[in-house]
Amino acid sequence: MATEPGFTPTELMVCAAARELQDGEVVFVGIGLPNLACNLARRTHAPNLLLIYESGAVGAVPERVPVSIGDPALVTNSVGIASMSEIFYNYLQGGKIDVGFLQGAQIDRFGNLNTTVIGDYAKPKVRLPGSGGACEIAIHAKRVLVIAPQSKKSFPARIDFVTSPGHLTGGDARARLGLPGAGPVKVITDLAVYGFADGEMILESLHPDVTRERVQESLGWTPRSRDALIETAVPRLDEIRLLREELDPNRLYL
Amino acid sequence: MSKLLTMRDAIARFVADGETVVIEGFTHLISFAAGHEIIRQRKRELTLCRLTPDLIYEQMIAAGCARKLVFSWAGNPGAGPLYALRRAVEQGIPRSLEIEEYSHFGMVARFQAGAARLPFLPLRTFTGSDLPRVNDQIREVECPYTGECLATVPALNPDVAIIHVQRADRAGNCQVWGLLGVQKEAAFAASKVIVVAEEIVDESVIRADPNRTLLPGFIVAAVVHEPWGCHPSFAQGFYDRDNDFYVAWRETSQDPAKLAAWLGEWVFGVADRAEYVAKMGPALTRLKAREQLSAPVNYGY
Repeated sequence: MATEPGFTPTELMVCAAARELQDGEVVFVGIGLPNLACNLARRTHAPNLLLIYESGAVGAVPERVPVSIGDPALVTNSVGIASMSEIFYNYLQGGKIDVGFLQGAQIDRFGNLNTTVIGDYAKPKVRLPGSGGACEIAIHAKRVLVIAPQSKKSFPARIDFVTSPGHLTGGDARARLGLPGAGPVKVITDLAVYGFADGEMILESLHPDVTRERVQESLGWTPRSRDALIETAVPRLDEIRLLREELDPNRLYL
Repeated sequence: MSKLLTMRDAIARFVADGETVVIEGFTHLISFAAGHEIIRQRKRELTLCRLTPDLIYEQMIAAGCARKLVFSWAGNPGAGPLYALRRAVEQGIPRSLEIEEYSHFGMVARFQAGAARLPFLPLRTFTGSDLPRVNDQIREVECPYTGECLATVPALNPDVAIIHVQRADRAGNCQVWGLLGVQKEAAFAASKVIVVAEEIVDESVIRADPNRTLLPGFIVAAVVHEPWGCHPSFAQGFYDRDNDFYVAWRETSQDPAKLAAWLGEWVFGVADRAEYVAKMGPALTRLKAREQLSAPVNYGY
């Protein structure tokens, strides 16, 4: 990986995700890298980004990196606390969420995500945590951003279980089923950034020093690609400084 | 009328073998004290329901209390998998465990339907997900007004709900601040409600701030006074979440012998929560919350 100005693939992922967020948007935040991306955006170009956590914190301004989705630091100085019934019925199903962040153990070319089981449901090879709020975030957020390190195992041709629907079988399958949100619009990995065209992932930018061959080696299918493939914008020094010194000083997620 | 009981008496009187039990609290206000007493009293064949089983249900499952788990996200929040839960699901250790799985929204709607004594509630989720394929309790209904097809989940009406709060009076009127989770719905859905409180206060304290009340005492069967009753979960304004405990649990949970030893020392090895708190000593006091008070409001007219 490039050493100028010195950043890790994880830091690049967080910065790329942060740049997808616009000032004034309402974002449903997940723990880990999405949390860092949202707080980085809030501290840089999007000071009016409104952070909502599924635990019920609305307008959270955590002064420490939350270890869990229900960290007490999300409550202190937030603008409001909603019950989980309000969060899911009024905020999410009510169409108030602009952006949802999702991660997954497996993702396919249509952005469908698996966080339930590897192998057969009844006799799993690995039992994963399950949906949590991911299924409804995938359905209702106006757009979905996915952050996931890329490997052949985690980006297979077929996923073992669809926990959270992306673009289903591609094309306009999502709209035909009447899902309110637009679904995944970006997948940000440690190698590249993908957009979507006709409901299918399309390679948009490669991170510095990453080749198409390298991307192909860690993907279960041959990806479509934009004609003008560009290099992913690298983190700025102020972003790196914020991440390392203020947002995740103990390197919990970086 | 005082409903104040010790945890031992409350669990002995209101939790029976084979019942459906809910200890709610989303990360915040999880009554570990109640879970540990259920383990000590060797309750069996319970159906345990919670959005996030967390460490408390993992401990109860590892101790052999449960025959079934109803949930929506089963991990060690911020620290990896729940290995003992996995052993139960994948290998039937210490006994087979039936699972019934929803999303968070699905579980929330189940409690809400239960609280309202409706047989089900419609909700917009599950479309395009495989969850309905593996859980036949997730169904569909045609809207009689629009003809639209909506997902449904059945009401969840537990026998017992155990709710931890910051403060309660002796009649069970209780108040909570910070994350609210799904406790109000779970309590109203249940046949019996046990309230566990950090502080027992006079009724006048509750009446001075009625908007903060979570549950009225008339739906509460028992009140238990249990300071530090949530550790390693937290109580806003009282003590912080013990994140180090959750991280360290990863190792305990991986090894059945270590887990059994932990239960032996910290659950079976203490008589009650007060002994647990004394034994934890400075490990707890370092978690004490700093003070950040809100401005009072005027309830006058």
